[in-house]
Amino acid sequence: MSLSAERAPGYPAVLLRGLLAGLIAGLLAGAFGYVAGEPRVDAAIAIEEQAAHAEAGGGEAGHHDDELVGRTGQKGGLFLATALFGAAMGGLLATAYTLLRRRLRTPSDTRAALGLAGAALLGAVLVPFVKYPPNPPAVGDPATIDQRTAAYLAIVVLGLVAVWAGVVGYRAPRTAAPEWLRAAGAVVGFLAVVAVGYVMLPSVDEVPATFPASLLWNFRVASLGTQVVLWVSLGLGFAALLSRLGARRSRTVDQAAVAG
Amino acid sequence: MPKVQSVHPVISPAVSTRVLWTALAVVAVLLLMAYLVAFDQGAVSRSGMYLHELMHDGRHLLGVPCH
Repeated sequence: MSLSAERAPGYPAVLLRGLLAGLIAGLLAGAFGYVAGEPRVDAAIAIEEQAAHAEAGGGEAGHHDDELVGRTGQKGGLFLATALFGAAMGGLLATAYTLLRRRLRTPSDTRAALGLAGAALLGAVLVPFVKYPPNPPAVGDPATIDQRTAAYLAIVVLGLVAVWAGVVGYRAPRTAAPEWLRAAGAVVGFLAVVAVGYVMLPSVDEVPATFPASLLWNFRVASLGTQVVLWVSLGLGFAALLSRLGARRSRTVDQAAVAG
Repeated sequence: MPKVQSVHPVISPAVSTRVLWTALAVVAVLLLMAYLVAFDQGAVSRSGMYLHELMHDGRHLLGVPCH
């Protein structure tokens, strides 16, 4: 598992590839969100405006005139948001890879990259999704945004801690322990932390009774899909770029050895 | 009683102090970037709503709390 020093790529090279993979993954996630999610966002905004107009008594409310960014701009902003967010996540993945590479106990760079991306998908996306499923516009009370933001960040941290606890649980049995015992240890470690988080953190129940259930469900699936596309393509893209970097470096080292 | 296993250092010796500090600085910048996309304006700060409105659909679809 020990890579020779001259073959291990430096942090700047790894970081650059993480950022690039993240940018591409973010654009792909944006494309998925545009196709699968935007019709649902539009439908939810239509419900929101209907309610606003009913409240204003059908009068000409000034709502449309003071919009900072129109709907077309927001749809373009979707790609900006996912691209920037993806690049940030790619940089974090590359940094985690650099700091944790030797502790992952695998000789395969691809497995290390995919394992870290999978851990992030599980801990920072799936665990929060079940506790605080995302909501389309027209759902959610603006007055509770502070508490909801704090609780959301707490469950993201707890999700990542849960994945870490799963790894600790997997490695806890002695070296000769059977594989099923390690797997059981991983499940127990993971679920223990998730259960604590789900019980301790407050529940949010803000969906209006009149909001269409199928629209809510379709939006949530589209939102989950956007995150899954982001992390799957980020993991695969980062692994691919790392593998090309490794191949190039070993060629260079071989040539240097021949020349020397 | 299982014997205490060897303790792995938090940071592998292969990561130099210089790389560690660079990594921390990079993480700070990247978290700021994610914060601007997902949480500033409308969620954490009330300094205006331009970023919030511009990234509005992305925020909803990335699953972060929104109004």
